[in-house]
Amino acid sequence: MDLSRFEQRSEYEWVSPPRGRMRVPVVIYASRDLMQAMDDKVLEQAANVAALPGIVQASYAMPDAHWGYGFPIGGVAAFDPEAGVVSAGGVGFDISCGVRTLLTGLRREDILRVQTRLADTLFARIPAGVGSTGELRLSAQEMDAMLKGGARWAIERGYGSASDLTRIEEGGTMRGADPKAVSEQACKRQRDEMGTLGSGNHYLEVQHVAEVFDAAVAADYGLRAGDVVASIHCGSRGLGHQIGTDFLREMVIAAREAGIDLPDRELACAPLASPLGQSYLGAMRAAINCALANRQILTHLTREVFREVLPEAHLPLLYDVSHNTCKEEAHEVDGRRRRLFVHRKGATRAFGPGHPELPAEFRKAGQPVLIGGSMGTASFILAGSATGMERAFGSACHGAGRAMSRHEAGRRWHGRDVVDRLAERGILIRSPSLRGVAEEAPLAYKDVSSVVDAADAAGLARKIARLEPLVCIKG
Amino acid sequence: MTCRWEHFRHEADVGVRGLGETRESAFEQGAIALTAVIADPSSVEPRQQVRIACNAPDDALLFCDWLNALIFEMATRHMLFSRFEVRIADGRLEATAWGEPVDPGRHRPAVEIKGATYAELDVNRLPDGGWRAQCIVDV
Repeated sequence: MDLSRFEQRSEYEWVSPPRGRMRVPVVIYASRDLMQAMDDKVLEQAANVAALPGIVQASYAMPDAHWGYGFPIGGVAAFDPEAGVVSAGGVGFDISCGVRTLLTGLRREDILRVQTRLADTLFARIPAGVGSTGELRLSAQEMDAMLKGGARWAIERGYGSASDLTRIEEGGTMRGADPKAVSEQACKRQRDEMGTLGSGNHYLEVQHVAEVFDAAVAADYGLRAGDVVASIHCGSRGLGHQIGTDFLREMVIAAREAGIDLPDRELACAPLASPLGQSYLGAMRAAINCALANRQILTHLTREVFREVLPEAHLPLLYDVSHNTCKEEAHEVDGRRRRLFVHRKGATRAFGPGHPELPAEFRKAGQPVLIGGSMGTASFILAGSATGMERAFGSACHGAGRAMSRHEAGRRWHGRDVVDRLAERGILIRSPSLRGVAEEAPLAYKDVSSVVDAADAAGLARKIARLEPLVCIKG
Repeated sequence: MTCRWEHFRHEADVGVRGLGETRESAFEQGAIALTAVIADPSSVEPRQQVRIACNAPDDALLFCDWLNALIFEMATRHMLFSRFEVRIADGRLEATAWGEPVDPGRHRPAVEIKGATYAELDVNRLPDGGWRAQCIVDV
């Protein structure tokens, strides 16, 4: 990226002042190396977001930002409830895609005894990949209950325990969901997809804590070096994808009819205070509940497998984060507390210590921020910080970000070689698609460590622990 | 010009592009490019047919709607498609898609497609008189 268009406010904070139609500056948090590697399109897209009505403070990009559509992936933007907009493209197709991590009470050596059996049993039980289906079929009435209830709905039907709920954003149920705003097509797409992992960069991993950076906070989170955890990365499946498709179209057509000139159709948005804006919020919140219910069912399946293979294991939830959302939150802006609608597209909420949304046991440490790496590299657990609340409305990065296209990755690597090479390093990959494995090869992604280091150095969130995979079920 | 499809570069996702002598054939080729994101189109037997219809206020939105209709049919029927016949008149598309149920062993599907986006979306005539239809799809 051309750095001449930025003023450097600190080593990790790059500001591009408003020009043209921009109402606020663009602020990117990253190291110089990450900035230089970023595509110019990130600034172009973040500047387009800065021109949207009612945007507050700045259009932010996280250290893993890359070129998306409309909003950059790794983009954070907050809007005023009266003057502002909500954008379906600013949330993305995979609404509430996120990461959930379960503690196991096991140590790395416990897994090594049964690693192959654990990998094979997880692969047999967790529906993954194109065309895979779950066991549940929801009636129209149950679909509505799921869209309103989220993880709580799943728990009430036997998938997990009530104690899981405090460890999920929004207590496991996103309020304000409106199943009536969800199209029949979206429900039809979800009919047999409850409790499925999906494909692409979605995965279920068994990981060990390879390094602890802050032992006190790690202890608050229940983590020590050598411990084993299980992490699930997936989203709202077909329902969320269809809601994204439906509302992007509606917003594009509404903008045209209202005579709004959008620099990029993917920026299509609706005023928050309009029937279309409210309808999208209701549908998007229903999709958040779908994602939370989906991860809850997958959690249940994971627990069943562990019960069978490692009966001594107990798998409580560490935390569940979503990284494609628009949420109503209270933030301090110029010394005044304001209600804002915060879009995070490929960015993780990272609330600092003392935040009332956090469960009591995490109030001191701050919110666990779960960052997924690529297959075969590391994942990280960070903690929300007080400075992060001021820097980007309590947000941090979400992952490594791709370094090359799927096509290029598929050209460079063979899935079988990737699987064999990782097996030599003690990482067992199970996937229905070797081509999918090649496209998700570790080197197709940026170095997640440099992204996390930048998030830490920029004060967005603090590094707590590094996780390395032992088993990866790849969709 | 000959009808053909191709993928074009996008950092996180994939661009699909159809080129043809007519708008209809560009749409058909774009649909093959869509299948090729998931699996090798030549591995998909055109054994079952599905009818698709959509309306849109302009060609670009119509192309996006066409791809999204195929994504919906693939997701809900668990099918892949390899042959397409498109008719367009007065902003309305009527099409037949031929394909078969997904067979993971034979098709080796790499990834499912979440949606067709408006990014890099363009349907236009080229200087040589042919048509090009393209957009980025989210995977």
